[in-house]
Parts: sequence; C-alpha cells; structure tokens
Amino acid sequence: MSLIDRLLLRELRSILQMLSEEELQSNVSVASSSPTSNCISKGGGLKVHNYFGLSDSSSVESSTLSCGEDDKGTISLKATELTLGLPGSQSHARETKLDEKPFFPLLPSKDEICSSSHKNKRGFSDTVYTEKNWMFPEAVANQSVVKKEVTTNIPKGQLSTTNNSSSPPAAKAQIVGWPPVRSYRKNTLATTCKNSDEVDGKPGSGVLFVKVSMDGAPYLRKVDLRSYGNYGELSSALEKMFTTFTLGQCGSNGAAGKDMLSETKLKDLLNAKDYVLTYEDKDGDWMLVGDVPWEYKLKIMKGVDAIGLAAAPRRMEKSKIRA
Amino acid sequence: MNYFPDEVIEHIFDFIASHKDRNSISLVSKSWHKIERCSRKRVFIGNCYAINPERLIQRFPSLRSLTLKGKPHFADFNLVPHEWGGFVHPWIVALAKARVGLEELRLKRMVVSDESLELLSRSFSSFKSLVLVSCEGFTTDGLASVAANCRHLRELDLQENEIDDHRGQWLNCFPESSTALTSLNFSCLKGETNLAALERLVARSPNLESLKVNRAVPLDALTRLMSCAPQLVDLGVGSYENEPDQESFMKLMAAIKKCTELRSLSGFSEVAPLCLTAFYPICQNLTSLNLSYAAEIQGNHLISYFELQELRVFPSDLHDEEDNDTAVTEIGLVAISAGCPKLHSILYFCKQMTNAALITVAKNCPNFIRFRLCILEPNKPDHTTSQSLDEGFGAIVQACKGLRRLSVSGLLTDKVFLYIGMYAEQLEMLSIAFAGDTDKGMLYVLNGCKKMRKLEIRDSPFGNAALLADVDKYRTMRSLWMSSCEVTLGGCKRLARNAPWLNVEIINENENNDVMERNEEDEREKVDRLYLYRTVVGARKDAPPCVTIL
Repeated sequence: MSLIDRLLLRELRSILQMLSEEELQSNVSVASSSPTSNCISKGGGLKVHNYFGLSDSSSVESSTLSCGEDDKGTISLKATELTLGLPGSQSHARETKLDEKPFFPLLPSKDEICSSSHKNKRGFSDTVYTEKNWMFPEAVANQSVVKKEVTTNIPKGQLSTTNNSSSPPAAKAQIVGWPPVRSYRKNTLATTCKNSDEVDGKPGSGVLFVKVSMDGAPYLRKVDLRSYGNYGELSSALEKMFTTFTLGQCGSNGAAGKDMLSETKLKDLLNAKDYVLTYEDKDGDWMLVGDVPWEYKLKIMKGVDAIGLAAAPRRMEKSKIRA
Repeated sequence: MNYFPDEVIEHIFDFIASHKDRNSISLVSKSWHKIERCSRKRVFIGNCYAINPERLIQRFPSLRSLTLKGKPHFADFNLVPHEWGGFVHPWIVALAKARVGLEELRLKRMVVSDESLELLSRSFSSFKSLVLVSCEGFTTDGLASVAANCRHLRELDLQENEIDDHRGQWLNCFPESSTALTSLNFSCLKGETNLAALERLVARSPNLESLKVNRAVPLDALTRLMSCAPQLVDLGVGSYENEPDQESFMKLMAAIKKCTELRSLSGFSEVAPLCLTAFYPICQNLTSLNLSYAAEIQGNHLISYFELQELRVFPSDLHDEEDNDTAVTEIGLVAISAGCPKLHSILYFCKQMTNAALITVAKNCPNFIRFRLCILEPNKPDHTTSQSLDEGFGAIVQACKGLRRLSVSGLLTDKVFLYIGMYAEQLEMLSIAFAGDTDKGMLYVLNGCKKMRKLEIRDSPFGNAALLADVDKYRTMRSLWMSSCEVTLGGCKRLARNAPWLNVEIINENENNDVMERNEEDEREKVDRLYLYRTVVGARKDAPPCVTIL
C-alpha cells in the first residue's frame, strides 16, 4: 500500500470511527438466541447488520435480506465507501456477536444476494457454518474512493497464474530460481488455473481465484470469481460444492473419516443448506458478502493462486488436541 | 588368490547388488576386477559427462541396465541454460552399435528426442523398462514407437517430463499381445488419452502394480481401472474438480476398498473434497503420499498418517507476501513429526521456522534420511527469537545419524556448517542458499563430511579460499555447484590447472565465449555460475557457447 493510501485509510477510519461509535452502541446489544433476523439500516449509508442465531431452522428468510438489497441498489457507491472503510466499527460489532450464536439463511438464487456468516464457529455445535476467506489487496482504500481505477492487484492475480514459469512479480521474490520449486511444477499448476478459467466474455481476462473454506471441512476450495456473473451464481456454486461434501461425510464413516471431523460436526452437517458468506478484508475484519456490488467485488479481490498444501495454524492446534 | 573357479566367484558376486559394493569388489584384485566387470549387469552413472559410452561398453560388456543423470539439480530452478547439455542420443547410438543387450534405461534431467526413442525401441529386443524423470525434448510420437516396438516392455515410467503431447494414439500402440506391464506412469502428459485403449491395456496386464494416470482421466474411468486392477500398490490419480454424483462415488469407494495392497498415492491435482474422502479407508496403510499437486488440502489432516514415510509440502502461494492464516509454519512441521514417526523423507516449504521447532522435530524423528526445509524468505531468522537457525539445523544433523540429504534455509551463519561438518557423517547431498558468513562455512563442510557427493551452493559468501583449499576432495565428490558466490575467474582457472581430472564449467549466459581472451584484470571478476565435476574423459564436446570449460 502506498503512503497516500495508508494516510487515506487512516483518515477514513478515524472519521468513521467517530460516526459509528455512537450509532453502533445500540445495535451491539444483541439478544441471544432470538429466532429472528434483523437487518438494521442506518442513515447516512452506514449499514450495519446484526444477525441472530437460528438454532435448527432450515428456513430461509428472504425478507431480511431484501432490505439490504434495496439499500444496496441506491447507495451502492456510498455503501462501498463506508463499508470498506469501517474496519474498526465492524469488528467491534462482531466481537460482541462472538458471544452469540448467530447463523444466517442463504438465499440460493437471488441477485445481489446479501448473506453473511460468522467466522468463529467454535462452540456452535448445532449448526453448519461456513466461512469464506477472501483476500483483500493492500489498496482497499483506493477502491473505496475511486471505483474505476483497477489497481495493480488484479493484474498481479493474473500474473501469478500466467507467469508462473518466469520470475514472480512480487518484489520479494524476484530472485531467479527462488523459491526452489521446479518450473515443471509451476507450469503444471499454472495450467491448472488456466484450465479452470471459464470465459464469460467479461472484461479483464485471466482468473481471479480466492480461497474458500468451509469450517469443519478439511479442504479449501479455490474459486474463480470471474466465472460468476453475480452473487447468486457464486453462492449457488459454492452451495453445490459444499453440500455434496457434507452428504459424502455422512456416507463415508471410515476410521480416518472420524479422525478428520469431530462427532459434533458430523451432526452439524445434517443441517446443511444453512450457511452464510463472509469475507475477511485486509484488516482482518469480517465483511458481509454482498455489501459491495459484484463488479466492485471482482476488482477488490486479490487473486490467489493456491498451490500445494495450506495449513491453518488455528486448525493445527485443534487437531493436536484431538490427536 | 582365487581358490574357486571364476564362475563360482561370479555367482557370489550376483548377490551383491549395490553399486558401491560392486565398485569396491572391482578394486580388490585384477582377477576380481575382470570377473566383476564381465558380470556386471547394472551400472549407475550419476553424471553423464564423467565417462563416455564407448568406455562404458568396453568395461561392462554384459550391461543390461543403465542409469544416467544429466543436468545439475539446480537446472530445476532455471539456473542452468536450456541448451546446457545432457543428450542421451550418443549413448543410445553407441549401445545400439555395440549390440548391448540393454533391458533397462533410466534417465534423469536429460534431453531425449523422438529419434532417440525410436532408435532405442528398435535396437534392443529384450528392452523391458524405460524410466524418464525430468527429461525433455520428446513427444508422444516417441512414446508410440516404444509402445509399439518393445515387445517385452514391463515398465514405462514418465515422471515430471516436459512432453509435447500430440494427442495421438500412443496407448493404442501397445500390441494386444503385450501383457507384461508392471508399471505405467503417464501423469505428466497434458492431453487426453484414449480411455478405451487404456482400460484394455490395464485389463490385460495382471501384473500391473503401479499405475499413474494423467489429469485427463476422469473419475469413472479411474474407477473402472481400479476395478480391473485391484492388485495395485501404487496409484496416481488424475484431476477431479467436479463433485461426483452419489452413484459414482459409491462405485469409487467400492473399487478403492478392493485395492488392499495400495501403499502409495499421488496425483490429486484439483481434487474435489469428496473424491479425497473416498480414499480415507486405505490411507492408514499408506507409506507414501504425494499431494504436492493438490492445491486445496490443509496440512493438519496429514498428521494422522502413522505409516507415512515420505512427505512433500509445497508453498500454497508462491507470491504471497502478506501474512495470512493459511500460511504453512513450523507448527505444521512439528505436528507432522509427532504424528508420523516413520517419516524419513520430507520436503517442506514454509513461511517461518524456529529453532525450538526444529529441535522438537529432531527429537521426534531421528530417522530422517532426507530433510529439506525451505523457508520462503531468504535469510529469515527464527521468528520468535530473531536468532539464526544454526541451532535448529544443528539439532537435526546431530539427531539424524543417517541423514543423507539436507537442504538448509533461513538465517544461517558459519556455525551451522560447523555442526554439519561435525555431525553429518552420512551426508551425501547438501543444498545451501543464502547462508554462511565466510569461507570457513564451506570449509567446515568440505573437511567434515567425508561422504559428500553433491554440494550445491547459491548466493552465499564463499570464495576462492574455500574452493581451492582441498582440491583432492573433489575426487571423492561427484560435483560442486556454486552460483552467485564469491569465486572469481582467477580462482576457477587455478583450480582447473591444479586438477586436470576436473571439468570446471563456467556458465555465463548472455556472454560470448571470448572469456579466455580477456586480460589479467578480469581474473578478479566474479563467476556467475560454476559447475565442476570429476571426469575421466576430459572436456565434453557438446557444450553450448554460454558454457566455458576451463
């Protein structure tokens, strides 16, 4: 992130911090285990969503989400600005949410869908949770202010898939032959990414991969955002990916399978179909998928070229206890 | 003195398989030398330029199996020019001309052409086994001629080669009468294969133990293949992005369950999670698991593979600059070492490491034979103490008494090399990058590691003093690679003068070969890449312009 970006972001944060501190105080008192979902829109384009837990419901509440959509349509730009620029306030709200047991219904096919999930699934043993990890590029602040300027982060995402055989573009890794991964392997994986790139006739070629993980699943999935036209397509595709996985889990109860998932989570998977989407922005804050119009979302996502194994330290500890 | 007739001695020698031992036998006496060389069937040549084919055939007329290695290891990382060398064709020509009864050819990092493969397939009527690892220069047409003409082919193993896939029908070229196949690996081919031909081939090969298919073989085909080959020991699967439907999944599970001998799994590029879970029932028997192409598997689920002996963990994102939760760290390595006590070979890329973790790993797994750790950022210290990783690696070499291969990384001083020289008595291959402070580091290794065969160093401050300190050491080593170090042209010239039995190659891309005509001052110029190796046949004739042999 350039110096200017950093200053800008800092400015935005302090302004919005002041704004949000008063407004969010009231929202933060979330009732526990309330079966309803609330979508609270604040004036001034400041959108805060509070969600409450549904213990075993599989119903989908569309009414909640539609309010989000309307708002989104009219204040798209502003929502972009402020939502992106609200790292402090959102996480504040989220931290209190952590004590609750929220989970959110998903609308399988609606345009501009607004759904969210909770990141921290520990202790929520009776529901299915998904968390989608999105990578934010450094220049988040850039995007919030100037929508048309696609930053170099997207080309970097492309570069990482197309230029795998040559020196990587990242400043740190411009050493020839470093890291010592065989060019055969890099080429193969570049081919992998290219092969799964669906041509949609969209402007901006290349792939824009993000890692998507469902909590409780031992595998991340890699998703090419460019192959989806809107949130609806994305969420239905993700649903397909993970639902069959959960069915499969019920089916395969080999000894190794049991090792992979705890008993409680197996039960959870029976409540499939209820999951929500969030992404983690640069500041580690969990943002609602759907706040940002789809076109912007594509622009602000960092391309991730997932290669090889990725071990999350958090999960590492969990499984250490189990083993 | 020999009290036995030669035939008896020869029979005794038959029980001695290892190359090292047979080489030792041949030094005992003239008569043993003769008996040994005439009965020698398998020859391993670690550097194809150390000897030429004519001398090989002269010494070993009964040759049946030949292993050749060409380019230096760092060629894998684009440090060696493409046209450097390692051509197999002269070898095949010479062997064919001498009517050697060649049955097996194993090549690594060599340049192979379709013409060579065609000649090979026509010249050796008993040819049984072709293994090509990291080779290049040929197409599926070459494979077709091998399939068609080698009537007794048992093994066709293609590992990570760059093959031009003409999408022809090379699998069809196996004659219907060929039923002897024990190993088929075409995982590196990029194109579609003729599935019907493949299935027929597998069905008529009851001895098939190892099958590694490429990405283009779909799941249902794999299921059918496994069903007709439940005796498989080694399986490489393709790429299965899409979730299978329930029925396909059940069929896959059933087929897998029948493969009770399965010990080794690989492939899995772009694997859908469901497909991987289908393999769980047999995973506890696995001794080898290569998920290095699988993009989306989290490492923490490997730690329960008790039988696991070999593991490779590759970086999930080569261009990842930011910290992110999914980065591979020392925690994973420790967990793996705790959960897999039989682990003896590991290649592990990670973002960060600590001395404490390495010490723990050394305690948990003292059986390492190969330990390769690559911390992605050069010179990165222990992230908790900001110290160098000397102690961590020192613990590894001290505990792992059988360590034969080691790659070090992170912030390292001369001290780690002192440890290596002191403790790594069995070490044969050492890879150093961005490490060390002074020539002493390299000297510790050269003086201490008696069994050192291959030493490869890049971007480290070792210079002429270390290079020239003990020239005779290079007689006992296969090769030395130094790139972006402190050695100068003058130092290399001096070495070449003192050791005429060495080929001292200077690789300078983008330079003409007027190196020798420069004046004295250029002797102080640093050499970009140096590759030296012992040889009995002098300077090679096929070097490209960018390579100067001093």
